[in-house]
Amino acid sequence: MSLELYLDLFSQPCRSVYIFAKKNNIPFEFKNISLLTGEHYEEEFGKISMIRKVPAMRDGDFCLTESIAIMLYMVQKFKTLDFWYPADLQQRARVDEYLSWQHMAIRMHGSKMFWLRLLIPKVMGVEVPQEKLDAALEDLNGSLKLIEEKFLQDRPFIAGDHMSLADLVAIVEIIQPVGAGLDVFEGRPKLSAWRDRVETAVGKELFDDAHQAILGAQESVKMMDPSKMQLFRPRILKLFM
Amino acid sequence: MATRRVVQVYLDLLSQPCRAVHILLNCNKIPHTVRTVALRKGENRTPEFTKLNPMNRVPVMEDNGFVLTESDAILKYLAAKYDVPEHWYPRQPEKRARVDEYTAWHHNNTRPHAAKVFILEVLVPAQTGSPVDEGRLIRALSQLDDTLDKLESMFLRRQPFLCGDDITVADLLAVCEVMQPMGGDRDILKERPQLQRWRSRVQSAVSESFDQAHAVLYALRDRRKAKL
Repeated sequence: MSLELYLDLFSQPCRSVYIFAKKNNIPFEFKNISLLTGEHYEEEFGKISMIRKVPAMRDGDFCLTESIAIMLYMVQKFKTLDFWYPADLQQRARVDEYLSWQHMAIRMHGSKMFWLRLLIPKVMGVEVPQEKLDAALEDLNGSLKLIEEKFLQDRPFIAGDHMSLADLVAIVEIIQPVGAGLDVFEGRPKLSAWRDRVETAVGKELFDDAHQAILGAQESVKMMDPSKMQLFRPRILKLFM
Repeated sequence: MATRRVVQVYLDLLSQPCRAVHILLNCNKIPHTVRTVALRKGENRTPEFTKLNPMNRVPVMEDNGFVLTESDAILKYLAAKYDVPEHWYPRQPEKRARVDEYTAWHHNNTRPHAAKVFILEVLVPAQTGSPVDEGRLIRALSQLDDTLDKLESMFLRRQPFLCGDDITVADLLAVCEVMQPMGGDRDILKERPQLQRWRSRVQSAVSESFDQAHAVLYALRDRRKAKL
Protein backbone atom coordinates (compact mmCIF):
# COMPACT_ATOMS: atom_id res chain seq x y z
CA MET A 1 0.00 0.00 0.00
CA SER A 2 1.52 3.29 -1.01
CA LEU A 3 1.71 6.54 0.82
CA GLU A 4 -1.25 8.89 0.84
CA LEU A 5 -0.46 12.57 0.60
CA TYR A 6 -3.22 15.03 1.41
CA LEU A 7 -2.38 18.18 -0.49
CA ASP A 8 -3.67 21.48 -1.76
CA LEU A 9 -1.19 22.90 -4.25
CA PHE A 10 -2.26 26.44 -3.33
CA SER A 11 -0.36 25.77 -0.12
CA GLN A 12 3.37 26.26 -0.09
CA PRO A 13 4.34 23.33 2.15
CA CYS A 14 2.11 21.06 0.02
CA ARG A 15 4.10 22.05 -3.04
CA SER A 16 7.43 21.19 -1.46
CA VAL A 17 6.14 17.77 -0.39
CA TYR A 18 4.63 17.18 -3.86
CA ILE A 19 7.78 18.15 -5.71
CA PHE A 20 9.94 16.10 -3.36
CA ALA A 21 7.83 12.97 -3.71
CA LYS A 22 7.54 13.26 -7.47
CA LYS A 23 11.18 14.12 -8.03
CA ASN A 24 12.25 11.10 -6.02
CA ASN A 25 9.75 8.79 -7.70
CA ILE A 26 8.12 8.00 -4.39
CA PRO A 27 4.86 6.23 -5.12
CA PHE A 28 1.94 8.03 -3.54
CA GLU A 29 -1.76 8.58 -3.84
CA PHE A 30 -2.62 12.26 -4.27
CA LYS A 31 -5.59 13.18 -2.11
CA ASN A 32 -6.73 16.65 -3.00
CA ILE A 33 -7.94 18.81 -0.13
CA SER A 34 -9.25 22.14 -1.31
CA LEU A 35 -8.64 24.59 1.52
CA LEU A 36 -10.45 27.47 -0.06
CA THR A 37 -13.67 25.46 -0.19
CA GLY A 38 -13.23 24.22 3.37
CA GLU A 39 -12.55 20.57 2.50
CA HIS A 40 -10.13 20.35 5.41
CA TYR A 41 -13.10 20.56 7.76
CA GLU A 42 -14.56 17.30 6.52
CA GLU A 43 -14.84 14.46 9.00
CA GLU A 44 -12.56 11.99 7.22
CA PHE A 45 -9.71 14.42 6.95
CA GLY A 46 -9.96 15.18 10.65
CA LYS A 47 -8.94 11.58 11.31
CA ILE A 48 -5.70 12.06 9.38
CA SER A 49 -4.87 15.51 10.69
CA MET A 50 -6.41 16.46 14.02
CA ILE A 51 -5.64 20.13 13.51
CA ARG A 52 -6.87 19.94 9.92
CA LYS A 53 -3.71 21.12 8.27
CA VAL A 54 -2.17 20.23 4.96
CA PRO A 55 0.09 18.68 3.97
CA ALA A 56 -0.69 15.46 5.79
CA MET A 57 0.65 12.00 5.12
CA ARG A 58 -0.67 8.53 5.85
CA ASP A 59 1.68 5.58 5.53
CA GLY A 60 -0.32 2.54 6.59
CA ASP A 61 -1.35 3.35 10.15
CA PHE A 62 1.13 6.13 10.53
CA CYS A 63 -0.25 9.65 10.09
CA LEU A 64 2.02 12.66 10.00
CA THR A 65 1.64 16.41 9.56
CA GLU A 66 4.22 19.21 9.02
CA SER A 67 5.87 19.29 5.59
CA ILE A 68 9.39 19.19 7.00
CA ALA A 69 8.65 16.14 9.11
CA ILE A 70 6.99 14.47 6.11
CA MET A 71 9.93 15.13 3.80
CA LEU A 72 12.52 14.04 6.38
CA TYR A 73 10.49 10.85 6.87
CA MET A 74 10.54 10.24 3.12
CA VAL A 75 14.29 10.95 3.00
CA GLN A 76 14.90 8.20 5.54
CA LYS A 77 12.33 5.72 4.34
CA PHE A 78 13.06 5.96 0.65
CA LYS A 79 16.79 6.61 1.02
CA THR A 80 16.81 9.60 -1.28
CA LEU A 81 20.05 10.95 -2.70
CA ASP A 82 22.40 12.52 -0.18
CA PHE A 83 22.20 16.10 -1.39
CA TRP A 84 18.58 16.50 -0.30
CA TYR A 85 19.57 16.13 3.35
CA PRO A 86 23.34 15.56 3.54
CA ALA A 87 24.84 13.02 5.86
CA ASP A 88 27.73 15.43 6.51
CA LEU A 89 26.88 17.00 9.88
CA GLN A 90 27.77 20.57 9.03
CA GLN A 91 26.02 20.59 5.67
CA ARG A 92 23.00 19.00 7.29
CA ALA A 93 23.07 21.63 10.00
CA ARG A 94 22.93 24.36 7.33
CA VAL A 95 19.79 22.77 5.94
CA ASP A 96 18.26 22.41 9.42
CA GLU A 97 19.12 26.02 10.17
CA TYR A 98 17.22 27.28 7.15
CA LEU A 99 14.27 24.93 7.73
CA SER A 100 14.00 26.24 11.29
CA TRP A 101 14.41 29.96 10.51
CA GLN A 102 11.92 30.04 7.67
CA HIS A 103 8.76 29.24 9.69
CA MET A 104 8.49 32.65 11.31
CA ALA A 105 10.14 34.54 8.51
CA ILE A 106 9.60 33.99 4.79
CA ARG A 107 6.75 31.53 5.37
CA MET A 108 4.85 33.96 7.49
CA HIS A 109 5.63 37.01 5.35
CA GLY A 110 4.94 35.37 1.99
CA SER A 111 1.64 33.92 3.24
CA LYS A 112 0.52 37.23 4.66
CA MET A 113 1.29 39.03 1.42
CA PHE A 114 -0.75 36.50 -0.54
CA TRP A 115 -3.77 36.88 1.72
CA LEU A 116 -3.56 40.68 1.99
CA ARG A 117 -2.98 41.30 -1.71
CA LEU A 118 -5.33 38.76 -3.17
CA LEU A 119 -7.66 36.57 -1.13
CA ILE A 120 -8.86 39.05 1.46
CA PRO A 121 -9.74 41.88 -0.92
CA LYS A 122 -10.64 39.89 -4.03
CA VAL A 123 -12.52 36.95 -2.54
CA MET A 124 -13.53 37.95 0.98
CA GLY A 125 -14.34 41.44 -0.28
CA VAL A 126 -12.63 43.13 2.67
CA GLU A 127 -10.62 46.25 1.94
CA VAL A 128 -7.02 46.07 3.13
CA PRO A 129 -5.57 49.34 4.44
CA GLN A 130 -2.49 50.54 2.57
CA GLU A 131 -0.43 50.69 5.81
CA LYS A 132 -1.00 46.98 6.32
CA LEU A 133 0.16 46.22 2.79
CA ASP A 134 3.19 48.45 3.22
CA ALA A 135 4.15 46.83 6.53
CA ALA A 136 3.71 43.36 5.05
CA LEU A 137 5.90 44.29 2.08
CA GLU A 138 8.59 45.62 4.37
CA ASP A 139 8.60 42.35 6.33
CA LEU A 140 8.71 40.32 3.14
CA ASN A 141 11.59 42.38 1.79
CA GLY A 142 13.43 41.84 5.06
CA SER A 143 13.10 38.07 4.76
CA LEU A 144 14.14 38.08 1.11
CA LYS A 145 17.20 40.15 2.01
CA LEU A 146 18.20 37.64 4.68
CA ILE A 147 17.77 34.78 2.26
CA GLU A 148 20.11 36.46 -0.20
CA GLU A 149 22.65 37.77 2.30
CA LYS A 150 22.79 35.11 4.96
CA PHE A 151 21.44 31.89 3.57
CA LEU A 152 22.71 32.10 -0.01
CA GLN A 153 25.62 34.52 0.12
CA ASP A 154 27.77 33.54 -2.84
CA ARG A 155 26.79 29.87 -2.84
CA PRO A 156 24.79 28.34 -5.68
CA PHE A 157 22.37 26.79 -3.18
CA ILE A 158 21.65 27.28 0.51
CA ALA A 159 23.76 24.35 1.74
CA GLY A 160 26.48 24.71 -0.89
CA ASP A 161 26.97 23.29 -4.35
CA HIS A 162 23.83 21.19 -4.48
CA MET A 163 20.14 21.71 -4.06
CA SER A 164 18.70 20.48 -0.75
CA LEU A 165 15.39 20.46 1.13
CA ALA A 166 16.24 24.02 2.19
CA ASP A 167 16.06 25.36 -1.35
CA LEU A 168 12.86 23.47 -2.06
CA VAL A 169 11.18 24.79 1.07
CA ALA A 170 12.46 28.28 0.25
CA ILE A 171 11.34 28.44 -3.35
CA VAL A 172 7.73 27.39 -2.70
CA GLU A 173 7.36 30.12 -0.08
CA ILE A 174 8.95 32.77 -2.27
CA ILE A 175 6.60 31.95 -5.15
CA GLN A 176 3.50 32.49 -2.99
CA PRO A 177 3.46 36.29 -3.22
CA VAL A 178 4.20 35.97 -6.95
CA GLY A 179 0.81 34.26 -7.14
CA ALA A 180 -0.69 37.47 -5.84
CA GLY A 181 0.94 39.48 -8.59
CA LEU A 182 4.03 40.64 -6.71
CA ASP A 183 7.22 40.02 -8.67
CA VAL A 184 9.68 39.39 -5.88
CA PHE A 185 12.44 38.52 -8.32
CA GLU A 186 12.46 41.94 -9.98
CA GLY A 187 15.54 43.85 -8.93
CA ARG A 188 16.97 40.77 -7.26
CA PRO A 189 19.40 39.21 -9.73
CA LYS A 190 20.98 36.91 -7.14
CA LEU A 191 17.60 35.52 -6.08
CA SER A 192 16.53 35.18 -9.72
CA ALA A 193 19.67 33.27 -10.62
CA TRP A 194 19.13 30.95 -7.64
CA ARG A 195 15.50 30.47 -8.63
CA ASP A 196 16.59 29.42 -12.13
CA ARG A 197 19.07 26.93 -10.69
CA VAL A 198 16.40 25.46 -8.42
CA GLU A 199 13.95 25.18 -11.30
CA THR A 200 16.58 23.40 -13.41
CA ALA A 201 17.49 21.05 -10.56
CA VAL A 202 13.83 20.17 -9.93
CA GLY A 203 13.04 19.98 -13.64
CA LYS A 204 10.95 22.63 -15.37
CA GLU A 205 8.01 20.33 -16.06
CA LEU A 206 7.58 19.27 -12.44
CA PHE A 207 8.25 22.80 -11.19
CA ASP A 208 5.60 24.27 -13.48
CA ASP A 209 3.15 21.47 -12.67
CA ALA A 210 3.45 22.15 -8.94
CA HIS A 211 3.11 25.91 -9.37
CA GLN A 212 0.34 26.00 -11.92
CA ALA A 213 -2.43 26.55 -9.38
CA ILE A 214 -0.73 29.31 -7.41
CA LEU A 215 0.48 31.16 -10.48
CA GLY A 216 -3.04 31.07 -11.86
CA ALA A 217 -4.50 32.38 -8.59
CA GLN A 218 -5.25 35.88 -9.82
CA GLU A 219 -7.49 34.36 -12.47
CA SER A 220 -9.04 31.63 -10.36
CA VAL A 221 -10.06 33.99 -7.55
CA LYS A 222 -12.63 35.44 -9.95
CA MET A 223 -14.48 32.14 -9.77
CA MET A 224 -14.05 31.49 -6.05
CA ASP A 225 -17.07 31.35 -3.79
CA PRO A 226 -16.53 33.45 -0.67
CA SER A 227 -19.31 31.65 1.16
CA LYS A 228 -17.13 28.53 1.27
CA MET A 229 -14.64 30.48 3.38
CA GLN A 230 -17.11 31.36 6.13
CA LEU A 231 -15.67 28.80 8.55
CA PHE A 232 -12.22 30.30 8.59
CA ARG A 233 -12.91 33.89 7.59
CA PRO A 234 -12.85 35.24 11.17
CA ARG A 235 -9.62 33.41 11.92
CA ILE A 236 -7.95 34.72 8.77
CA LEU A 237 -9.04 38.30 9.39
CA LYS A 238 -7.85 38.09 12.97
CA LEU A 239 -4.52 36.64 11.89
CA PHE A 240 -3.67 38.99 9.07
CA MET A 241 -5.60 42.21 9.56
CA MET B 1 48.50 20.35 14.81
CA ALA B 2 46.15 22.92 16.36
CA THR B 3 44.15 21.73 19.34
CA ARG B 4 40.46 21.52 18.67
CA ARG B 5 38.51 23.76 20.99
CA VAL B 6 35.36 22.60 22.73
CA VAL B 7 32.12 23.84 21.25
CA GLN B 8 31.20 27.38 22.25
CA VAL B 9 27.64 28.52 22.76
CA TYR B 10 26.42 32.10 23.00
CA LEU B 11 23.43 32.16 25.30
CA ASP B 12 21.12 34.37 27.27
CA LEU B 13 19.40 32.11 29.78
CA LEU B 14 16.37 34.39 29.79
CA SER B 15 15.83 33.10 26.25
CA GLN B 16 13.83 29.91 25.99
CA PRO B 17 15.69 28.26 23.09
CA CYS B 18 19.00 29.07 24.82
CA ARG B 19 17.86 27.13 27.86
CA ALA B 20 16.95 24.10 25.77
CA VAL B 21 20.49 24.05 24.34
CA HIS B 22 22.00 24.59 27.80
CA ILE B 23 20.05 21.66 29.25
CA LEU B 24 21.05 19.27 26.45
CA LEU B 25 24.70 20.20 26.85
CA ASN B 26 24.71 19.85 30.62
CA CYS B 27 22.66 16.76 31.12
CA ASN B 28 24.75 14.95 28.53
CA LYS B 29 27.96 16.39 29.94
CA ILE B 30 29.04 17.64 26.54
CA PRO B 31 32.23 19.68 26.99
CA HIS B 32 31.51 23.28 26.05
CA THR B 33 32.03 26.89 27.00
CA VAL B 34 29.20 29.35 27.49
CA ARG B 35 29.53 32.96 26.42
CA THR B 36 26.77 35.02 27.96
CA VAL B 37 24.98 37.50 25.73
CA ALA B 38 22.66 39.70 27.79
CA LEU B 39 19.91 40.76 25.42
CA ARG B 40 18.51 43.33 27.84
CA LYS B 41 21.90 45.07 27.79
CA GLY B 42 22.07 44.98 23.99
CA GLU B 43 25.04 42.63 24.01
CA ASN B 44 23.58 40.99 20.91
CA ARG B 45 24.08 44.25 19.00
CA THR B 46 27.81 44.70 19.49
CA PRO B 47 29.92 44.72 16.28
CA GLU B 48 31.60 41.51 17.46
CA PHE B 49 28.33 39.65 17.97
CA THR B 50 26.82 41.04 14.77
CA LYS B 51 29.79 39.66 12.87
CA LEU B 52 29.13 36.26 14.43
CA ASN B 53 25.39 36.43 13.79
CA PRO B 54 24.06 39.23 11.56
CA MET B 55 20.55 38.42 12.78
CA ASN B 56 21.60 39.44 16.32
CA ARG B 57 19.82 36.49 17.88
CA VAL B 58 20.64 33.78 20.37
CA PRO B 59 21.45 30.94 20.70
CA VAL B 60 24.51 30.71 18.48
CA MET B 61 26.89 27.77 18.44
CA GLU B 62 30.45 27.88 17.23
CA ASP B 63 32.38 24.69 16.67
CA ASN B 64 35.95 25.40 15.61
CA GLY B 65 34.93 28.01 13.09
CA PHE B 66 31.60 26.47 12.15
CA VAL B 67 28.88 28.92 13.23
CA LEU B 68 25.31 27.73 13.58
CA THR B 69 22.11 29.54 14.60
CA GLU B 70 18.59 28.24 15.32
CA SER B 71 18.09 26.08 18.39
CA ASP B 72 16.47 23.24 16.37
CA ALA B 73 19.55 22.95 14.20
CA ILE B 74 21.93 23.30 17.16
CA LEU B 75 20.15 20.62 19.21
CA LYS B 76 20.14 18.17 16.30
CA TYR B 77 23.80 18.90 15.50
CA LEU B 78 24.90 18.38 19.11
CA ALA B 79 22.82 15.22 19.46
CA ALA B 80 24.46 13.72 16.37
CA LYS B 81 28.01 14.95 16.92
CA TYR B 82 28.32 13.99 20.58
CA ASP B 83 26.54 10.70 20.19
CA VAL B 84 24.09 11.37 23.00
CA PRO B 85 21.67 8.61 24.03
CA GLU B 86 19.48 7.88 21.03
CA HIS B 87 16.19 8.78 22.69
CA TRP B 88 17.04 12.50 22.42
CA TYR B 89 16.57 12.34 18.66
CA PRO B 90 15.61 8.78 17.75
CA ARG B 91 16.87 7.15 14.59
CA GLN B 92 13.83 5.02 13.81
CA PRO B 93 11.87 6.87 11.07
CA GLU B 94 8.44 7.02 12.74
CA LYS B 95 9.89 8.06 16.08
CA ARG B 96 12.13 10.68 14.50
CA ALA B 97 9.19 11.96 12.46
CA ARG B 98 7.24 12.63 15.65
CA VAL B 99 10.09 14.79 16.95
CA ASP B 100 10.40 16.60 13.61
CA GLU B 101 6.65 17.13 13.59
CA TYR B 102 6.77 18.73 17.02
CA THR B 103 9.84 20.90 16.40
CA ALA B 104 8.19 22.29 13.24
CA TRP B 105 4.80 22.91 14.89
CA HIS B 106 6.53 24.51 17.88
CA HIS B 107 7.65 27.57 15.92
CA ASN B 108 4.19 28.82 15.13
CA ASN B 109 2.46 27.60 18.25
CA THR B 110 4.12 26.94 21.61
CA ARG B 111 6.95 29.38 21.02
CA PRO B 112 5.14 32.55 20.00
CA HIS B 113 2.06 32.00 22.17
CA ALA B 114 3.90 31.35 25.44
CA ALA B 115 6.48 34.04 24.69
CA LYS B 116 3.76 36.62 24.09
CA VAL B 117 2.41 36.23 27.62
CA PHE B 118 5.87 36.85 29.07
CA ILE B 119 6.48 39.76 26.72
CA LEU B 120 3.21 41.45 27.65
CA GLU B 121 3.45 40.80 31.39
CA VAL B 122 7.14 41.29 32.01
CA LEU B 123 9.23 42.64 29.11
CA VAL B 124 7.08 45.45 27.74
CA PRO B 125 6.23 46.94 31.15
CA ALA B 126 9.89 46.67 32.17
CA GLN B 127 11.08 48.37 29.00
CA THR B 128 8.42 51.05 28.73
CA GLY B 129 7.42 51.58 32.34
CA SER B 130 3.76 51.36 31.30
CA PRO B 131 1.24 49.05 32.96
CA VAL B 132 0.33 45.69 31.44
CA ASP B 133 -2.07 45.95 28.49
CA GLU B 134 -4.80 43.81 30.02
CA GLY B 135 -6.83 43.50 26.83
CA ARG B 136 -3.91 42.13 24.85
CA LEU B 137 -2.88 39.89 27.71
CA ILE B 138 -6.33 38.32 27.90
CA ARG B 139 -6.26 37.61 24.16
CA ALA B 140 -2.73 36.19 24.43
CA LEU B 141 -3.76 33.92 27.30
CA SER B 142 -6.73 32.70 25.33
CA GLN B 143 -4.56 31.89 22.33
CA LEU B 144 -2.06 30.14 24.59
CA ASP B 145 -4.90 28.14 26.09
CA ASP B 146 -5.81 26.76 22.65
CA THR B 147 -2.19 25.91 22.00
CA LEU B 148 -1.82 24.10 25.32
CA ASP B 149 -5.00 22.15 24.49
CA LYS B 150 -3.31 21.02 21.29
CA LEU B 151 -0.05 20.27 23.06
CA GLU B 152 -1.98 17.92 25.33
CA SER B 153 -4.35 16.35 22.85
CA MET B 154 -2.18 16.20 19.74
CA PHE B 155 1.26 15.50 21.13
CA LEU B 156 1.27 14.40 24.75
CA ARG B 157 -1.96 12.40 24.76
CA ARG B 158 -1.39 9.40 27.06
CA GLN B 159 2.36 9.27 26.53
CA PRO B 160 4.97 10.07 29.16
CA PHE B 161 6.66 12.58 26.85
CA LEU B 162 5.57 14.65 23.85
CA CYS B 163 6.88 12.26 21.25
CA GLY B 164 6.68 8.91 22.99
CA ASP B 165 8.03 6.97 25.92
CA ASP B 166 11.29 8.84 26.28
CA ILE B 167 12.37 12.45 26.54
CA THR B 168 13.47 14.06 23.27
CA VAL B 169 14.73 17.48 22.16
CA ALA B 170 11.07 18.33 21.53
CA ASP B 171 10.36 18.16 25.27
CA LEU B 172 13.28 20.49 25.98
CA LEU B 173 12.08 23.09 23.52
CA ALA B 174 8.50 22.89 24.79
CA VAL B 175 9.27 22.90 28.49
CA CYS B 176 11.48 25.97 28.24
CA GLU B 177 8.68 27.89 26.52
CA VAL B 178 6.14 26.73 29.06
CA MET B 179 8.41 27.94 31.87
CA GLN B 180 8.93 31.44 30.46
CA PRO B 181 5.86 33.12 31.99
CA MET B 182 7.23 32.00 35.39
CA GLY B 183 9.47 35.03 35.05
CA GLY B 184 6.31 36.98 35.81
CA ASP B 185 5.31 34.44 38.46
CA ARG B 186 2.67 32.91 36.21
CA ASP B 187 2.43 29.14 35.96
CA ILE B 188 0.55 28.54 32.72
CA LEU B 189 0.16 24.86 33.63
CA LYS B 190 -1.63 25.63 36.88
CA GLU B 191 -4.97 24.20 35.74
CA ARG B 192 -3.47 21.42 33.66
CA PRO B 193 -2.46 18.40 35.74
CA GLN B 194 -1.52 16.27 32.74
CA LEU B 195 0.96 18.83 31.46
CA GLN B 196 2.21 19.45 35.00
CA ARG B 197 3.02 15.76 35.31
CA TRP B 198 4.80 15.90 31.96
CA ARG B 199 6.84 18.89 33.15
CA SER B 200 7.81 16.98 36.30
CA ARG B 201 8.90 14.01 34.24
CA VAL B 202 11.06 16.29 32.10
CA GLN B 203 12.59 17.83 35.23
CA SER B 204 13.38 14.39 36.62
CA ALA B 205 14.83 13.21 33.34
CA VAL B 206 17.29 16.12 33.14
CA SER B 207 17.80 16.44 36.91
CA GLU B 208 19.82 19.44 38.13
CA SER B 209 20.39 20.86 34.65
CA PHE B 210 16.74 22.02 34.66
CA ASP B 211 17.12 24.34 37.64
CA GLN B 212 20.60 25.35 36.52
CA ALA B 213 19.20 26.56 33.20
CA HIS B 214 16.24 28.26 34.85
CA ALA B 215 18.13 29.97 37.69
CA VAL B 216 18.16 33.34 35.90
CA LEU B 217 14.43 33.13 35.21
CA TYR B 218 13.70 32.22 38.84
CA ALA B 219 15.85 35.15 39.98
CA LEU B 220 13.86 37.50 37.76
CA ARG B 221 10.63 36.20 39.24
CA ASP B 222 11.95 36.58 42.80
CA ARG B 223 13.18 40.13 42.20
CA ARG B 224 9.81 41.13 40.79
CA LYS B 225 7.97 39.51 43.69
CA ALA B 226 10.22 41.33 46.17
CA LYS B 227 9.24 44.65 44.60
CA LEU B 228 5.51 44.10 45.03
